Amino acid sequence: METGIEMAEEVHTEGALDAHAGGPDHGESGLSFHPMDQFIVRPIFGENGDPVHWYTVTNATVWMAVAVLCVLGLFVLGTRGRAIVPGRIQSVAELAYGFVYKMVEDVTGRDAVKFFPYIFTLFLFILFANMLALIPMSFSTTSHIAVTAVLALAVFLTVTIVGFVKNGAAFLGLFWVSSAPLLLRPVLAVIELVSYFVRPVSHSIRLAGNILAGHAVLKVFAAFAAVTVIAPVSVVAISAIYALEVLVAFIQAYVFTILTCVYLKDALHPSH
Amino acid sequence: METEPIDLELAGTCVNTLGNAIGMPQLCDAWFANQIFWLLVALAAIYLILTRVALPRVGAVLAERSGTISNDLAAAEDLRRQAADAERSYEQALADARAEGQRISDEARATIRADLDAAIAEADEKIAARTAESEAQIAEIRDNATVSVAEVARDVTGDIVTALGGRPDQAAIDTAVDARVKGN
Repeated sequence: METGIEMAEEVHTEGALDAHAGGPDHGESGLSFHPMDQFIVRPIFGENGDPVHWYTVTNATVWMAVAVLCVLGLFVLGTRGRAIVPGRIQSVAELAYGFVYKMVEDVTGRDAVKFFPYIFTLFLFILFANMLALIPMSFSTTSHIAVTAVLALAVFLTVTIVGFVKNGAAFLGLFWVSSAPLLLRPVLAVIELVSYFVRPVSHSIRLAGNILAGHAVLKVFAAFAAVTVIAPVSVVAISAIYALEVLVAFIQAYVFTILTCVYLKDALHPSH
Repeated sequence: METEPIDLELAGTCVNTLGNAIGMPQLCDAWFANQIFWLLVALAAIYLILTRVALPRVGAVLAERSGTISNDLAAAEDLRRQAADAERSYEQALADARAEGQRISDEARATIRADLDAAIAEADEKIAARTAESEAQIAEIRDNATVSVAEVARDVTGDIVTALGGRPDQAAIDTAVDARVKGN
C-alpha cells in the first residue's frame, strides 16, 4: 500500500512538473495526449474534485441509467402495441429476444431456458453500454474492469453454484477427464482447474480491454486531428476505427453472452 | 500557500491537479465501489424490466403470432382440401358425362349399324334377284340368238346350196349347222 501511494505521488508530481513545464507548449502545438481522461469517473453534481462515494451519482451512473432507459424504451415502449405484425422497434425487440433465446437454447440446452432472463440482462446491458459508449463525450462503463469483473464474477459464481446444486460432487467430474489415459488425468485435472479459475479473469478483461483499447485509440487519433498536416488522415482513421468499434461493441456483447452460455452448459451438463 | 494541500486533496491518487488521469483510471480503486453499486442497480433494473414486463409480453406476442400463423395454415389446408374435393367431384362428373356420352354414341352406332346391315342385306337380296333375272334374260336372249343364228345359217346354207345348183338336203344341212354352231 505504501509503495503504491508513493508511486502515485511520484507520478503525480511528475505530471504536475510536466504540466507546468509544457503548459504553454501544449497550447501552441495543440497536441495534447490524454487518451485515458475519458475514463475518469466524475461526480455529476458538485465540484470536479469532490470525493466519489459508493452512492455518488457519477457519469458512470448516468450512462448506466441511459442503458436502462434504452432497454425500457426498446422492450416496454417498443412492444406496447403487442402487434401481431410488428412495427420497427418491436421487430428489433423480437429479434434481440429470438437471437439470445436461440443462443441459450442451442448452446446451453433446452433446460437452461430458465436462465434466459439473466443471460438476456447481461447481453442487453453490455450491448447498450458498448453502443452508448460510442457516442462522443459519453462514458464507457464497460471499459472499467470493476464493471466487467462484477459481471464475470457473477457468471462464475452462478455457474459454480448451479453446478454443485445440480450435480453435487459429480460436478468435479468436469476436471477429471475420464476419456484421457489414467496417467494423464491428474495433469489434465490441474490444467482444467486452472483454466476454470482463469475464466472470470479472461471473461472480464476481454470485454474491458477491447472497449478500453478502442476508445483510447480513437482519442489518440482525435488528438492528432488538431495538427493541420495530418488532420485528414486522422479523420479518416477515426471514421474507420469508429466503424470497427461499432462492430466490436456488438461482438464483445455477443462473445460475453455466448461464453456465459458455454460456462453454464458445463454447470448443467458437466460431462466432457 | 494554502491552495497547495487542497489541490492535492482534490486531485487524489487518480487525477492530477490539471484534471488529467494518472495511469489507468480503470485501476483507481477509489472508484470501484461507486461503479459496482450502480452496476448492480442497473442490472437489477434491467432484470426487473425484463422479467416483469418485457419478456412475458414479447413471449406472448411471439406465441400469439405462431398461433395465428398455424391457425391460418390450418385454414389454408382446410380450403385446399375443399378445393381438392370440388375438383374430384368435378372430375367424377366429367368422367360420368363422358361415359354416358360414350354409351349413347355406342348405342346410336349399334342402331345405325343394325339399320345399315338390314338395308345392305335387303339391297344385296334385291341385287341378287335382279342379277338372277338379268341372267335369265341374258340366257334367254343368248338362246334365242343361237336359234336365230342356226336358222339364218340353215337358210343361208340352203340358199348357197341352191345357188350352187344343188338340191338342199334339209336334214344334212341341219346336222352340219348344228355341229358347227355347237362347236363354236
